[in-house]
Amino acid sequence: MEPSTAPIRVVIAKVGLDGHDRGVKIVARTLRDAGMDVIYTGLHRTPEEVVEAAIQEDVDVIGVSILSGAHMTVFPRIVKLLREREAGDILVVGGGVIPDEDLPKLREIGVKEVLLQDTPPAEIVASIKRVVAERGPR
Amino acid sequence: MNDSNIPPSAGPDPRARARLAEQVQAWENNEVANFVKKAPERKSHFETIGGFPMKRTYTALDLADTPLEDIGLPGQYPFTRGPYPTMYRGRIWTMRQIAGFGTAEDTNKRFKYLIAQGQTGLSTDFDMPTLMGYDSDHPMSEGEVGREGVAIDTLADMEHLFDGIDLEKISVSMTINPSAWILLAMYVALAQKRGYDLNKLSGTIQADILKEYQAQKEWAFPVAPSVRIVRDCISFCARNMKRYNPINISGYHISEAGGSPLDEVAFTMCNLIAYVEEVLKTGMHVDDFAPRLAFFYVCQADFFEEVAKFRSVRRAYAKIMRERFGAKNPESMRLRFHCQTAAASLTKPQYPINVVRTGFQALAAVMGGAQSLHTNGMDEAFAIPTEEAMKIALRTQQIIADETNVADVVDPLGGSYFLESLTTQYERAIFEVVDEVDRDGGTIKLTQEGWFQRRIADFAYETALKKASGEKPVIGVNKYVDPEEKFDIELHPYDASTAERQIGRLNQVRRARDNAKVNALLDRLVEVAKREDENIMPVTIELVAAGATMGDIIEKLKELWGTYRENPVF
Repeated sequence: MEPSTAPIRVVIAKVGLDGHDRGVKIVARTLRDAGMDVIYTGLHRTPEEVVEAAIQEDVDVIGVSILSGAHMTVFPRIVKLLREREAGDILVVGGGVIPDEDLPKLREIGVKEVLLQDTPPAEIVASIKRVVAERGPR
Repeated sequence: MNDSNIPPSAGPDPRARARLAEQVQAWENNEVANFVKKAPERKSHFETIGGFPMKRTYTALDLADTPLEDIGLPGQYPFTRGPYPTMYRGRIWTMRQIAGFGTAEDTNKRFKYLIAQGQTGLSTDFDMPTLMGYDSDHPMSEGEVGREGVAIDTLADMEHLFDGIDLEKISVSMTINPSAWILLAMYVALAQKRGYDLNKLSGTIQADILKEYQAQKEWAFPVAPSVRIVRDCISFCARNMKRYNPINISGYHISEAGGSPLDEVAFTMCNLIAYVEEVLKTGMHVDDFAPRLAFFYVCQADFFEEVAKFRSVRRAYAKIMRERFGAKNPESMRLRFHCQTAAASLTKPQYPINVVRTGFQALAAVMGGAQSLHTNGMDEAFAIPTEEAMKIALRTQQIIADETNVADVVDPLGGSYFLESLTTQYERAIFEVVDEVDRDGGTIKLTQEGWFQRRIADFAYETALKKASGEKPVIGVNKYVDPEEKFDIELHPYDASTAERQIGRLNQVRRARDNAKVNALLDRLVEVAKREDENIMPVTIELVAAGATMGDIIEKLKELWGTYRENPVF
């Protein structure tokens, strides 16, 4: 435990029409059980709503889960919106069913980490802690 | 008539029972105890994936509390052993591989390929906008058109989807829920255009909206008007489409969303009860519509548990329909189900072994007496399946049907001490869930309160922890991992021109139609929707025939009914 620092704050989101929420709920619960502050947006959110929630809640990380194949539409828009709102220090992490060939493209546009299906809970927690540590304090 | 009021047990008579009990006790004390001392068992406690304990072995003693008549015979109440007396000796299950991607033309090609490979029924997957009731050019549809399924906006799309396919000869299943009635209306309008007899059409719309709020999470309107639409589909089909299944009450998505095998079947019984009660309110008798209620389940990896699950839910359904709803016609009591192997059990690592997983799951589905079956493609942890993956999946079924001989005896596992005992335990557990839901206010109320959603999320989380700890082995993922593995796999490509082609046709339809007529019909739709006692189907059929889009219809009704926003639980 790191008692001296405030808990990491995370918005977990489902964007678009994709209703597969099994994974996203497990991730939300895993991070909460690891002591993070977790806000889950629920389903069918627009990128605008997610970015707004992230700024309002002053989070460190936005975690977006997509299993519908629309990731190359959704992630660039979220990253762009964050920059436009001068909230580029909020880290974007993705998860879901995403083909390997798209992983470098997502990293290139600024997605910090992509956690694919069957990522063990401990590794999810470690990844979030790592990207926040790499960013450093705000 | 029996002498006593106690139904005869499937177990031995009391004297034989006492002798057997002694023998079992002695065996535990001697053979087992000595053996375990030298070679301990793998675990101290064995249980099914769903958490039902498994004893070392089962004997006739374990049938003592199963009434013989509960096991019964195939095609006889309570249908534990199968809905029909001859089952696959008469006709092999329908091999129904689901397909859908791109535009209607793209999916039509895949349909024809599957028919050429020996498939005997069609099943359609729609893209997310179609499933949720958005037109392809709605902002929410961006990036999703034709991706996870086929895009359908108008009747013109439907015409291309089934071009060159005789719908009086092949049954067509459509996996669609909040917008199901519109697709059904398009199907009817297409049939009328082609001059078909509606009573000759066979097929299914899923239209199981309650499990959407509980598990799959596709919706357009709040719960109450959505259930009313389901009611309208059921009563319309009962009157006009004698061979058509107006609903496919589905456990599949409950399981895939992480629910336990027990909750999968138990929740379908809760949802069934809610729908039947709704239709009964219109004044129909249960026997007027119940024969066409159909079901859809997953087949997971735990072989005997899955077979017991199928047998127990058939028995529970028969009892609910006869005892709770007073059905008289045996057709109203026989549960028929489509089965799909478990997509969420497939892995990216060492993906070719998914063929083996799917094969065993398919075998359990056949042992459980499925009426139709979809076997998943080995590449579905990556993307929607390729043609080649679908061919292997179909061949898996064909091998079971033609090479193994398992289809030649009806319910060949019936009478197994273990299976019968587990079947009875499952049936009791189903009724415990149903009783709890009854007691706490019924399915609709508990759905709105997130009770079902919570149970699903809890079991999903437990499963994730068991996978992480290795307690639930997944080959290639947490056991026998191949760290050097490089994926060399050809995936189904997404054609980037799909949205453009689709929106092109949508605009063409909008230009060609009589807008005044469409608007007048939309106004009538609202009037019908306001009147609880009217059926929404006829005006919807007129609307789609006049060129109304799915989005036109849904948006109009959202003005009246509003939308739905889940209060998420995790």
